[in-house]
Amino acid sequence: MSIVVDKSGPFTHGSNNVQRTMFTVLAALAPATLFNLWLFGWPAIFLFLVTMAACAAAEALCVRLGGGTVDDVLSDGSVLITGWLLALSLPPWAPWWVAVVASVFAVCLAKHAFGGLGQNVFNPAMIGRVVVLVSFPIQMTTFVPAKPLFSAGAPSFAESLHVTFGKAVSLDGLSAASQLGFVKTELSRGIPVDQSMSHLPGLGDLVMGFHPGSMGETALPLILLGGLFLMWRKIISWHIPVAMLGTLLVLGTVFNAIDPGRFTSGTFHLLSGASFLGAFFIATDYVTSPVSKSGQLAFGVGVGLLTWIIRTYAGYPEGVAFAVLLMNALTPILDQHFRPRVFGRTRKGAPLPLKGDK
Amino acid sequence: MKLFPIMGGIHPDYRKELTSEKAIVALPMPATLYIPLQQHMGAAASAAVEPGSLVKKGQMLGRGEGAVSAPVHAPTSGRIVAITEVTAPHPSGLPTLTILLEPDGKDEWAELPAPIADPFTTLPQQIRDRVAASGIVGMGGATFPSAVKLGLGNQYKLEILLLNGAECEPYLTCDDRVMREYPDDVVDGARIMAHALSAPKVIIAIETNKPQAIEAMTKAAAAFDNVTVVGVPVQYPMGAERHLTQAVTGRETPARKLTADVGVVVHNVATARAVHNAVRFGQPLLSRVVTVSGGAVAEPKNIEVPLGTPVSQLLAFCGGATNVNRYVSGGPMMGQPLPSLDVPVVKGTSGILALTKAETKEYATQPCIRCGSCVTYCPCGLVPVEMAAFIRNDKLEEAAKIGVQDCVSCGSCSYICPSNIPLVQFFNYAKGRIAALDRERRKTEQTKALVAAHNARLERLAQAKREAAARAKAQKENSDASGANA
Repeated sequence: MSIVVDKSGPFTHGSNNVQRTMFTVLAALAPATLFNLWLFGWPAIFLFLVTMAACAAAEALCVRLGGGTVDDVLSDGSVLITGWLLALSLPPWAPWWVAVVASVFAVCLAKHAFGGLGQNVFNPAMIGRVVVLVSFPIQMTTFVPAKPLFSAGAPSFAESLHVTFGKAVSLDGLSAASQLGFVKTELSRGIPVDQSMSHLPGLGDLVMGFHPGSMGETALPLILLGGLFLMWRKIISWHIPVAMLGTLLVLGTVFNAIDPGRFTSGTFHLLSGASFLGAFFIATDYVTSPVSKSGQLAFGVGVGLLTWIIRTYAGYPEGVAFAVLLMNALTPILDQHFRPRVFGRTRKGAPLPLKGDK
Repeated sequence: MKLFPIMGGIHPDYRKELTSEKAIVALPMPATLYIPLQQHMGAAASAAVEPGSLVKKGQMLGRGEGAVSAPVHAPTSGRIVAITEVTAPHPSGLPTLTILLEPDGKDEWAELPAPIADPFTTLPQQIRDRVAASGIVGMGGATFPSAVKLGLGNQYKLEILLLNGAECEPYLTCDDRVMREYPDDVVDGARIMAHALSAPKVIIAIETNKPQAIEAMTKAAAAFDNVTVVGVPVQYPMGAERHLTQAVTGRETPARKLTADVGVVVHNVATARAVHNAVRFGQPLLSRVVTVSGGAVAEPKNIEVPLGTPVSQLLAFCGGATNVNRYVSGGPMMGQPLPSLDVPVVKGTSGILALTKAETKEYATQPCIRCGSCVTYCPCGLVPVEMAAFIRNDKLEEAAKIGVQDCVSCGSCSYICPSNIPLVQFFNYAKGRIAALDRERRKTEQTKALVAAHNARLERLAQAKREAAARAKAQKENSDASGANA
């Protein structure tokens, strides 16, 4: 009896696979997302669904154009993460077409133009967000205060449909700036940071998310919980989140100590904007971050540093998306320079010297 | 005893419980034994018998050829039916020269060399000669001739003989059973080997998932001050030579060097038992313990198998196999796929596995998502994802630059890869290609050097001819001139 020998070992395999990885990430995102959907009500739910559907449709289109089987690709779950993160990065009351434009750029341009899953240089969700942020700054910086579902003042189902799908709804009476935006605007008007800070919601509200902002900028304990869950499941490691948040905290604290009127504090940097979501779910994206642990540390430090610089000196109040994209561009270089030390070799790659060798 | 961490590694589903409590049983003598002349690393043995000759048990059938080789012996008495090419127990399925022996059922011993009465006072060379004559090779699977490895004491100052009882491959329990059933033989063999190596210390390393083996070996070693038994963490690939050395001694073997360079020589426990039998009783290596296991096997067993027994007979002895997805020789991590069930058990066959689909878990390959697991779990500190990308694009030199030749093919990366990418397949291919290209390059250089030398010689000859002609001419002119003068 002869047997076809088609490959070498190993002839057993771990239980991990791409699909399971992706769905674990979604499970980790779920608690924070549900809380946010409740917090921002029907418009947020509609926007979330529109974004997910648009991303899935864009993926299906690209795969079909490329001659692939649509079912296989959709079932790997990667596009769901893209859509999910993109939805979380949009203002909850943004109109539907902002979500669709962002989805098309995220999936078609950032992912499939580079060759699909695993081939993209830049984080697709962040490309989507940045494209609409620079194209439609008004829609992307119009935030509303949290209006939880079924609370007084929350829009009804019909009103919410109008918010998401209606024509040019004016949110003038409702709108408010995010805290990062508020501080930046006040600073440009000559009001020192330590004074404008006193008008912001308290630390407790900041942590829980009862303040204007994108969906993913709230519910920090739930995002942290999701991040810890991913670490426990060994989907991500501590390197990127700790490096990124640590850098932000240190820079914020040091510069705040130097000039409290010009620089916001380290804790404020940590607790506002997309710091947490970015550290645990966006900067840790497998495809666009370095593969080695030392590379991931460098990457995390870079994201933290750029976020702080953009928030402090650039025109945009929030910098996580830009920081992640800039560091994405550096990932191939980080991969080349931060390799683990090979067994039996020095860091430079020469064989280890023997005792007695010079 | 203080242990040291090793990097990376995985914790696969071990499934040793299938056979760990199955005592070693003897296999009934098969109708024909197929004894390949090449069962070891190095040069093949050459046949020392003719078809038709009658042989006794333990008689040499094939003579070791050259410095790195090993003889083969008759596992039982009988008649040589043929010496012919038979499918090798190698994934290539290529034919290899094999002696066919038909047992006569008498199992009569040939005259064996006399036991070495006190091996600890005799010269190390005498033990090495006995080990060489007994055809003993590394029985963990590497099959490197043991006598050559025991000669390392001549070139290196050795401190430790590290006896490898880690048995980190899933399923396999043959070493576990040998240690539990023959602990005194193994310890004695190890002490003899340490003497041959001039190594003052013996450390026997066993993964802690084999508590009975640790207990039995500790008891057997209690009488000897220089023999220590140590339990090492359950972490694949703990049994890899360099990693075990590091875990036990903290010494990291430099790339392209041997563990002997850091004062350690590693031998397998089954090899120690074979050395004991060869030195104490003069018996050559005639059989080995094989674990027959896997979810597809009706009654998994540990069997003492005469070398040359066809694999099919082992499976039949274990009640046959159903729903088989893969047949593997060795463990599931580093074992080789079997090209056929007609191939024989050889000196390096530690296990025969018949695995079901549920065990092999082979799924379609998906795109790499750069998760970095292969980097995290590689016990050699390599970047498998990058090496595979280079190899896929035929950039073998780039892959070599980042260390593909330092890969030990342990399979941790392939095992952990969520996209089911056959990474080890890439690396084995690259290592083979690079070695072949290297050989070719050396050959070309050699040819070039020969051609250059040939041309230089021709040139020298031509030059000599020209000079001779010139001299002759000059002489002639001289004599003409002198003739004219006369």
